Amino acid sequence: MTNDTPAPSPEDIHRAEGKILKKYWFANLRLMGILLLVWAAVGLGCGVLLADILNQYKLPGTGYPLGFWFAQQGSIVTFVLLILVYAIRMNRLDRIHHDEREAIHPTVEPKGESYSGEGI
Amino acid sequence: MTVQIWTYLFVGLTFALYLGIAWWSRVRDTKGFYVAGRGVPAAANGMATAADWMSAASFISMAGLISTMGYAGGVYLMGWTGGFVLLSLLLAPYLRKFGHYTVPDFVGDRYDSRFARIIAVLCALFISFTYVAGQMRGVGVVFSRFLEVDVTVGVVIGMVIVFIYATLGGMKGITWTQVAQYWVLITAFLVPAIAISIKLTGTVMPQAGLGSDLVGESVSLLSKLDGIQKELGFGPYTEPFVGKWDKVNVLFVTLALMVGTAGLPHVIVRFYTVKSPRSARWSGFWALFFIAGLYLTAPAVAGFARYYMLDNLNGTTEENLPGWFKSWESTGLILWYDDGDGQLRYSAGEDNEIFRAGTLSGVELAALARNHQLWIDSAGADGTDARTILSAKGLSGPDRDIIVLATPEMAELSNWIIAFVAAGGLAAALSTASGLLLVISSSVAHDLYYKVLDPRASEQKRLLVGRATIGVAVIVAGLFGIYPPAFVGQVVAFAFGLAAASFFPIIVLGIFWKWVSMIPAVIGMLCGIGLTGYYIVSVVFFGMEKWTFGLSAQGIDPQGIGTIGMIVNFVVTATLAPFFPAPDARIQDLVDKVREPEGWSPAVDIEAGPEH
Repeated sequence: MTNDTPAPSPEDIHRAEGKILKKYWFANLRLMGILLLVWAAVGLGCGVLLADILNQYKLPGTGYPLGFWFAQQGSIVTFVLLILVYAIRMNRLDRIHHDEREAIHPTVEPKGESYSGEGI
Repeated sequence: MTVQIWTYLFVGLTFALYLGIAWWSRVRDTKGFYVAGRGVPAAANGMATAADWMSAASFISMAGLISTMGYAGGVYLMGWTGGFVLLSLLLAPYLRKFGHYTVPDFVGDRYDSRFARIIAVLCALFISFTYVAGQMRGVGVVFSRFLEVDVTVGVVIGMVIVFIYATLGGMKGITWTQVAQYWVLITAFLVPAIAISIKLTGTVMPQAGLGSDLVGESVSLLSKLDGIQKELGFGPYTEPFVGKWDKVNVLFVTLALMVGTAGLPHVIVRFYTVKSPRSARWSGFWALFFIAGLYLTAPAVAGFARYYMLDNLNGTTEENLPGWFKSWESTGLILWYDDGDGQLRYSAGEDNEIFRAGTLSGVELAALARNHQLWIDSAGADGTDARTILSAKGLSGPDRDIIVLATPEMAELSNWIIAFVAAGGLAAALSTASGLLLVISSSVAHDLYYKVLDPRASEQKRLLVGRATIGVAVIVAGLFGIYPPAFVGQVVAFAFGLAAASFFPIIVLGIFWKWVSMIPAVIGMLCGIGLTGYYIVSVVFFGMEKWTFGLSAQGIDPQGIGTIGMIVNFVVTATLAPFFPAPDARIQDLVDKVREPEGWSPAVDIEAGPEH
């Protein structure tokens, strides 16, 4: 680091940090909202509310009535995938967030498992 | 070798394995004791969470429930797995970042209130004890059938094992033991399911087998099952909303189970044992992934068992009765009272001849059988028809607990498979019991003793209180197992309803809405618990008429009231919150820190203790 630019004051850093956290938080809420929408549509929608209508059809190639299949198989598979997508997308968000923090914060901890919450 | 010798062998080997792991991972401090020193990899933690969560109810009872309920059994599948989505998305990473030991810790610190903490502790204790009681009954069922020992002896053996590895290893020992238990229970569930699937449908995967055609026939198993069910007066197996629940009730029960799952303290505490919010997310994925292994197989086992039950049993005579029927008859979980024609009939109508003993004692059953024989011999002139008495008591049909345990026998699988299922059932019951005992121990030793009664207690003293609490809790749980109170099954609904109406809203609001302060949160929680508790107690124990809430003509089932309790909690808190000042800057900062994925966690004073 050169001495040309004055070191940012603690207040500046705090404000910038707050801004970054806000951005991260809204990205998080958006992802969560989409995933919970799918959660409700598949689990409560196809599995319960529409089960009687879907039961008129069969899952292609099998003997499963569709509504029954959603209630006893399809919803569970969807739930597993939802958490997988969440973990992957969210951890990517975490990485972006880390890089942004590093850019404004000279003393941010090194990347790796240790930065993220080993506070205790 | 007989089933019994194989069972002794498998149970002995697996118990030795659990104890060995407990010795290898023994701990000396509270951090290792409660949160396993935070050194558990995400996949292993997921596996342990799966074993912790899949109780005797999941392993033994769930497939049986689905088997008798058909489509409606899906509420348990969707409810218990869908809750993990809520838990992973809304709670786990943040609670991990918060970095304390227990759920009441979060409630107490976020709302800065000792009162809120104490309510949370009491809810955690109630939920955990309800659950432990159910596990001990599972242990009793398995021991009494497969080891042919007295239920009391069986429960005592189970308690000693749990006590040793829970006190020795704490959370660390329990976590690694549960990893082993996961493998035992999932193998024990999958092997017979695959064998039966091949036998019935010629398909290796049971999940595909349930949707396939029967061997040698061009009709699918499910449509044949639908036909048989209809013929015998049961509703079609795959048809929704034909049983005791209409659409609204199915929806409410599913939602209550989902939200209740997310609020269960022994599942939440699992996410405290990983390294970071990042691994908490992975842990959630792995947990549901491993749980899905059993939950996707259970409906298949349920369908297969239902088919065997209805197709093979109906029309058999005394001489042709399969061996499994006789060995289970002695446990009282399935009983046959013939109408005199010598042919067995299992149906939904008045000619049904299959019953279960329920809570009737051996003496009562013997009298019933004697009078029934008299009734047959005298062609109805003397004695009493046991069938009318039992169906009036609501004891028609076999006990659902035998479905999983007897299916391998129904399909005439090898003795070692049957014995392995017994070891799996024990693994499921013991892993959940040990996790719950640890929550009870941490609630008492950490939340009550250390945080409320004696904040200056030393590390050793707290560890001692923790271990002593486990000892007391084991004895209480053991008593529940030996003398199962009749209301255990009914209060389990209470545990979910309570978790849904109390913990879930208060934690979610605590993380996602900074403005919520102590008073609205506590009032909301009390309203939610109050309504849920009042409704369940009045309907279940005092026979109150079910409320319809203008939604369902048949009234809301007590199992689904948690949904309404949760909504009430959210609405009351959200309505009151704007009228009260926001929490002070310290709490607001704490919420920011919980949301921020990196940097320090809020300080934990336990670390500042002189022992560290």
